[in-house]
Amino acid sequence: MRSDQRAPLTLKIAAGAGLLFLHLPILLIFVYAFTTEERSYQWPPPGFTTKWLAVTWNRPDIWDALGLSVRVASISTLIALLLGTLCAAAVSRSRFFGREAISLMVILPIALPGIVTGIALRSAFNLSDIPFSTWTIILGHATFCVVVVYNNAVARFRRSSASLIEASMDLGADGFQTLRYVIMPNIATALLAGGMLAFALSFDEVIVTTFTAGQQQTLPIWMLEELVRPRQRPVTNVVAMVVVLVTFLPILGAFYLTRDTDQIAGSGK
Amino acid sequence: MNSPQLAILPERRGLLGRLADSLWRHPRLLLLLMLAPPVLWLGVIYLGSLVALLVQSFFSIDEFSGLINYEFTLKTYRELLIPANLDIIVRTVSMAAAVTLAAVIVAFPIAFYAARYARGKWKAAFYIGIMLPLWSSYLVKIYAWKLVLAREGILNWLFAKLHLTWLLDAYLSLPLIGGNSLSVSYTGTFLVFLYVWLPFMILPLQASLERVPGNLLEASADLGGSPGQTFRHVILPLALPGVIAGSIFTFSLTLGDYIIPQIIGSSRLFIGQAVYSHQGTAGNIPLAAAFAVVPIVIMGFYLWMAKRAGAFDAL
Repeated sequence: MRSDQRAPLTLKIAAGAGLLFLHLPILLIFVYAFTTEERSYQWPPPGFTTKWLAVTWNRPDIWDALGLSVRVASISTLIALLLGTLCAAAVSRSRFFGREAISLMVILPIALPGIVTGIALRSAFNLSDIPFSTWTIILGHATFCVVVVYNNAVARFRRSSASLIEASMDLGADGFQTLRYVIMPNIATALLAGGMLAFALSFDEVIVTTFTAGQQQTLPIWMLEELVRPRQRPVTNVVAMVVVLVTFLPILGAFYLTRDTDQIAGSGK
Repeated sequence: MNSPQLAILPERRGLLGRLADSLWRHPRLLLLLMLAPPVLWLGVIYLGSLVALLVQSFFSIDEFSGLINYEFTLKTYRELLIPANLDIIVRTVSMAAAVTLAAVIVAFPIAFYAARYARGKWKAAFYIGIMLPLWSSYLVKIYAWKLVLAREGILNWLFAKLHLTWLLDAYLSLPLIGGNSLSVSYTGTFLVFLYVWLPFMILPLQASLERVPGNLLEASADLGGSPGQTFRHVILPLALPGVIAGSIFTFSLTLGDYIIPQIIGSSRLFIGQAVYSHQGTAGNIPLAAAFAVVPIVIMGFYLWMAKRAGAFDAL
């Protein structure tokens, strides 16, 4: 492919328009977070103020929801890191019966619509009389976070050569030393990227959570209630802006950690 | 225990050392230990739940007491196939098809530019430009569209500034796609679906376009093919696996969503909303389960077709 070719103008315009379509609505959030208008979504905003940042800061219900979201996302990410890495290591280092079935099973929770995962978990909890709690939320989140870690780890295992492990063993290291000094340094950045993406996925999840949460409110559930019945528009505007900023960090982080590899993290959500 | 390895190295000391040795001697055991936790977790929690769901769809609800009757019956599936419910299914599938088609059209120029012309810094910028909307909060994206489509919002303001309000009104008076305002019409629902799932189409499409060799396009041009002919006969067939891979996401995600049509759209239900309302307020878990089986069946069929078309190599 020649790289000095110039793109036709219509293609440039179409691609640019498509990107604008993707970004303008999100940018709008940043404007609305500072509007003085409280009762409607009036455009252009009549004036700008930073008052709502302070109001939002002093709201205990938002802090509670945020706390629960962070707790759920952290624990789910840890579980997903453990399960996803184990599964990736097993699938990429050996051939065995049912290998394809296992990789399909890992992908299934995000290939099927979220509502199926949600209602399936809920009916299972109902059938087995498990009461809703923080742990039922974590159970659901960890299940669909595994695939994100798995994808990143599998891509890295595929790139790192098996002879490194053999060399380490030949030089007298036992399995644990090899894991500690050879395998872990090799896959560390892939795991970090996968973990960040899993955190972002769990932090934002709402469809499965509505089925597994009972009375507890994560931050997305708080936002969903505001979307269905808007009561405090200015506070919602500020929360929306903060959520956008918070999710951008792990995404950019994961991108920089894996950008020189053949498979960049996050290309499959 | 007297295997030949012992002749080379002395046996390791300590519990960990012995464990490391025995794992080395029994690679199958190590494999089993590695596989057990993820397989148990996903197999028991996830597949178990799916089976529980499937089983529930064969139960029925007693109309008088409202309690679930735990006996095998096809009554719930008969209930699923009444015209009102079939309407919901047809509406959802048509919306999913429309969103998928529009996503291909909007995604193609972006993916094509990113795959073929963007280099170096621009390539990274394009990538981030697709990744950030993909990963930003789903609810915030819907909220942004609530702001855009609101009656006092930016879109109506823009139409008024351009003196085109009559055009918008004429559009909204159309049957089916129109409505009282954009935020309660199918057009609004469609726009939000398209917006939210668009990145899921761009990424696989870009991946498959990057694998189209550039010299094929040059050969087509050399042989006198116009850009349109090159697109139809060379680019599109080669990019088809990417299109199908992307359409799996846009189709499946639209089928299962219940939040977007609830917030932006008319009061007519989609499959996801039907599942949600049947299991929630109505307490009719068997019917909700039967409704949830519909997207599973449709996606199973879709995935089977996609596999035959070779789309999984583009994922």
